[in-house]
Amino acid sequence: MGEIWQGLTAAFWLIVTLDSDLVEITLRSLYVTLTAVAIACALALPLGAWLAIQRFRYRRIVIALLNALMGLPPVVVGLIVYLFLSRQGPFGALNLIFTPTAMIIAQVIIVTPLIASIAHQAIRELWADYHDLLISLNATKRQRMATLIWDARRALLTAALAGFGRAIGEVGAVMIVGGNIDHVSRILTTAIALETSKGNFALALGLGFVLIGLAIAVNLMIHGLGRTEREGTW
Amino acid sequence: MTAILPLSVHAAQVRRRGKTIVGPIDLDLDTQGTTIVIGPNGAGKTTLLHMLHGLARLSQGTVAWNTPTQDAQTKQAFVFQAPVVLRRSVRDNIAYPLILHGVLKSEARRRAEDWAARVGLAEALKRPATVLSGGEKQKLALARALIREPQVLFLDEPTANLDGRSTREIETILHRTAAEGTRIVMTTHNIGQAQRLASEVIFLYRGRVHEMTRAEAFFKGPRTPEAAAFIKGDIVE
Ligand SMILES: Nc1ncnc2c1ncn2[C@@H]1O[C@H](COP(=O)(O)OP(=O)(O)OP(=O)(O)O)[C@@H](O)[C@H]1O
Ligand SMILES: [Mg+2]
Repeated sequence: MGEIWQGLTAAFWLIVTLDSDLVEITLRSLYVTLTAVAIACALALPLGAWLAIQRFRYRRIVIALLNALMGLPPVVVGLIVYLFLSRQGPFGALNLIFTPTAMIIAQVIIVTPLIASIAHQAIRELWADYHDLLISLNATKRQRMATLIWDARRALLTAALAGFGRAIGEVGAVMIVGGNIDHVSRILTTAIALETSKGNFALALGLGFVLIGLAIAVNLMIHGLGRTEREGTW
Repeated sequence: MTAILPLSVHAAQVRRRGKTIVGPIDLDLDTQGTTIVIGPNGAGKTTLLHMLHGLARLSQGTVAWNTPTQDAQTKQAFVFQAPVVLRRSVRDNIAYPLILHGVLKSEARRRAEDWAARVGLAEALKRPATVLSGGEKQKLALARALIREPQVLFLDEPTANLDGRSTREIETILHRTAAEGTRIVMTTHNIGQAQRLASEVIFLYRGRVHEMTRAEAFFKGPRTPEAAAFIKGDIVE
């Protein structure tokens, strides 16, 4: 019990004094995850919109696949990305293994199906509303997708935040492909795992609080978005 | 600008789930006037309008405009029975068809403001369209349909949710629109409205054109017992 209390006070001071390790790790975490979510959105939103408006033979299979990919265990994603990027792997020459870029790649693979699936759901509902009008106005496919993505932006932002929440707290994949190298690829989750195993609870807890803070902030934003949506303000 | 009218419909049919819900239909629309489609619920009025506008796939027959379909479609507008409202401001809803046509946003918005004023939505410009009342949504849909100045305007019960005053406002706009040369094809359940607006009447019954005549002739003496009963307000099944 005493140890925990000591850890808590030490963590508190690390945060209020903006400890340089803590700040560095937090910023790297944000860099990796925000980049990954941005790339994932660039892929997932058009994909979700396209799946919603386009009828083609294997549409159902693609959607089922997407939902299945959502449940992909991150550790396995990490393993696969590792095999591709490791020195002996097909993309070994790119020297990406154990870099933040490798971690971004893994996170993109983990969150793209999640964001695409939520986006598809939201856009499909909107498409049901808009269908007749957009057809009547002769909107091109691109215009339809742009209209749907823009008008569903709140739901899509929620999807992006859900992706962020999942990526920022993920440890297995980034540990494997990033290697948790100090000052290179150490981020919040991997640092917590390491510091805990070293018995360095103060830093581990400090990092933990930052992580919890980020998660709560994201959930508050999702909640807020839902409310403004219902009130019809935007 | 080449006229998309006259329209010629030949043996056109729409089937859903193996059942013919409209057709076979043969009719011609000439370049002038206002055609009102009346008939009991489920007669196929909405489907007929969708079919003419190219929203319902034909299982048989042809719908031939005077210009190629692609060109003709851009010169028509449709006001749906249940108004479709984009999750945008009233102004951006009305401006939307122009934006699709590549009109500059500022110009599109300026013209949207004009049209909003004409349908009585000047006060609501910046409001999210989703919070409008049912009647206001119908006015919005009308303004959005008129902003491209279509040659043919389809309206599916455009005043169904409106009170007397709003109905009169809409009818005034439709009168003016028709006078400016827009061909109107419209459904209504309001016989009085049909008499006020129609130059031509289509009585649709069980998916078929039962009667199609000049309005005065139709209201003076419908040729079929079903139409006669319908005008009198009797229940036609
Ligand atoms: N997608 C569909 N599948 C099956 N039946 C349909 C479909 N769409 C319409 N129908 C049927 O076709 C018939 C005509 O429908 P329609 O909406 O055109 O009637 P309407 O004359 O506009 O009626 P109302 O006056 O109630 O608006 C109805 O019996 C309806 O149930
Ligand atoms: Mg109808």
